[in-house]
Amino acid sequence: MTRLFSILVSLLAASPVFAAPAAYDFPFKDPLVATVLGTPKELVAEIDYDIPRKDREIVIFPERKLPSIVALPTYRYAITAQDDAAPLIFVIAGTGSSHRGAKMNMLEAAFYGAGFHVVSLSSPTYANFILTASSTQIPGRTSDDAGDLYRVMEAIWAEHRDRLEVTDFHVTGYSLGGAHAAFVARLDEQRRIFGFKKVLMINPPVNLYNSVGILDRMLDDNIPGPAAPTFDAFLDRVMRRFAEVYATSDEIDFNDEFLYRIYQADMEEGRRVRPEDLETLIGTSFRLSSANMITAADFAAQRGFIIPKNHRFRITESTTPYFKVAARTSFVEYFEEMYLPYFMETVPGTSRDALIAQSSLQSIEEYLRNADKIGLMHNADDIILADGEIDYLRQLFGSRARIYPDGGHCGNISHRDNVAFMLDFFQD
Amino acid sequence: MTFSKPMATRLLGIPAALLILLLAGCSSAPKVSEGEIPPQRTLESVTAGDPADKTYAIDQYDPIEGFNRGVYRFNAWFDDAIFLPIVGAYDFLLPDLAKTGVSNFMRNVREIKTFLNSVLQLKGQAAADTLGRFVINTTVGVLGVWDPATRMGITRHREDFGQTLGHYGLGPGPYLVLPILGPSSLRDGLGTAVDAYAFNEIDPLYFDKSDNAWEYSYRSINAIDTRYNIGFRYYETGSPFEYELMRLLYLKARELEVAR
Repeated sequence: MTRLFSILVSLLAASPVFAAPAAYDFPFKDPLVATVLGTPKELVAEIDYDIPRKDREIVIFPERKLPSIVALPTYRYAITAQDDAAPLIFVIAGTGSSHRGAKMNMLEAAFYGAGFHVVSLSSPTYANFILTASSTQIPGRTSDDAGDLYRVMEAIWAEHRDRLEVTDFHVTGYSLGGAHAAFVARLDEQRRIFGFKKVLMINPPVNLYNSVGILDRMLDDNIPGPAAPTFDAFLDRVMRRFAEVYATSDEIDFNDEFLYRIYQADMEEGRRVRPEDLETLIGTSFRLSSANMITAADFAAQRGFIIPKNHRFRITESTTPYFKVAARTSFVEYFEEMYLPYFMETVPGTSRDALIAQSSLQSIEEYLRNADKIGLMHNADDIILADGEIDYLRQLFGSRARIYPDGGHCGNISHRDNVAFMLDFFQD
Repeated sequence: MTFSKPMATRLLGIPAALLILLLAGCSSAPKVSEGEIPPQRTLESVTAGDPADKTYAIDQYDPIEGFNRGVYRFNAWFDDAIFLPIVGAYDFLLPDLAKTGVSNFMRNVREIKTFLNSVLQLKGQAAADTLGRFVINTTVGVLGVWDPATRMGITRHREDFGQTLGHYGLGPGPYLVLPILGPSSLRDGLGTAVDAYAFNEIDPLYFDKSDNAWEYSYRSINAIDTRYNIGFRYYETGSPFEYELMRLLYLKARELEVAR
């Protein structure tokens, strides 16, 4: 009888519907803190970072002539290959991120350690991608961005297929990269180059426009007006810590990861952190990413938004005035004043609402509802989701969704339970 | 040794082009190009509401910005074409234990600089720590190849003549990007030169009494080891504003090192 009971319990536990982690020990209940701090060392999955990772470059558009001011005129990615036949996972980075950030390194090492070939791709919102691999050079329309990613994946596969034995293809991504993964999988249903076996979306936005609005507001709400003294005081505090951590750090990445490490150091030293400072920090980090993206896009597509049209940059020329403008331009302003007019001009019959809808998961809802190969890993308290969006995801993915109670935005991605879930997902 | 044409262009073309650029004029001020149209959002339009005396953290004293940007670009090229391939080979050829030994040895030699500058700044604790570390690591640690001092809990400090000048109230002066060495300032560049002069005068590694091969090997391996220990890669921040962000970081970090 006891035996029967324990078998029943284990069966229940094994079925995905009831598999919500029984005792999930992520310590930060505040999603802002979780987003900034990530997972404490003692809960991080054991991962061997000594992997044969190779940085590579590839030409995507041979006919594209980039001005000499562009220092990296080829698309940059990384490949970590097994010696023998193995499944291959494409990993897509989040907003504004390269293939070399801390989250990407973690995913590479975890998947490689579990026996996969790993190809790491920067986000279509990363400057090097915009310049060398984007067809429109105006990032944000998820179907276009997925098409660009697909082209990059095909080119990389063509380059390696003679040397690499691949048993199956998978694709995953975190944050905006998670949404890209789903759109790429959908495109592959028609194109059939890879026939992805499994697709995992990690903390994706449901509606890109909603999510960037939330992140924009984290800066705008806490800093009313560009000239307010609060921002200077905040920037001063952040820069001081930025510089301090820089002095003792051996790695520099100017988007999310580095800013976060400063607060990590603060918390570890027991300093109290104000919630509005956390919001400003996340907002600043996002603003820096979006300033980089907008500048690269405007430079490449010549839309005359913040960079003068037909301006020929010299290597010795100062770009600081453009930095000041870009730093005061929100993602939503980019959307309204540069992105929207471009697509209204080039895609006849397009409306504002249609463009917003196109960069949402709702636009591929039917596909997502029925594609058994697609799984979702998310957090109930993710800060980039608007009200009701997590319930929408639960309802859409049903038993294919693994929703953790805490973690904020990707704060728990390296937690041992999360890493175990990701590896299990691709291994069965 | 002959190079294929693309390789030769790669090796010679870029520095030559840069040299011409540098000689042709280093102004960092934007010049209006032919057919240029002002953008929708200009600096004037976004800063219209700012007080007249507003300062921006991103602005730093950089009167020779054009020259500096040219050197920054040269450094990125040098890093990619020459420095990193050598560092990569070094990383591939040497076992981790040997690389750690090299890093320890180089660090131990640098304690001399830290010691002298701690004394010049009358920092007793730092001078005592550094002297203790140097004596222990040079003897017990076999000429500094091992680092028992750290295991014994003796703090490692970092002082140079730029910091000494800063300690006595000298500001950084104009920002300076040094060829190959990277971000610096007039003060810190001068400091680097003085530290190098002192090193040659003290001659702790007996370069004067040995043949040149020893000195050249030491200097090359020192450069490789230094680069090996820095994770930074040019232009991989993905920011079109990497130059000014690096400038801000460098100057702020030095400010803190001087204050420490």
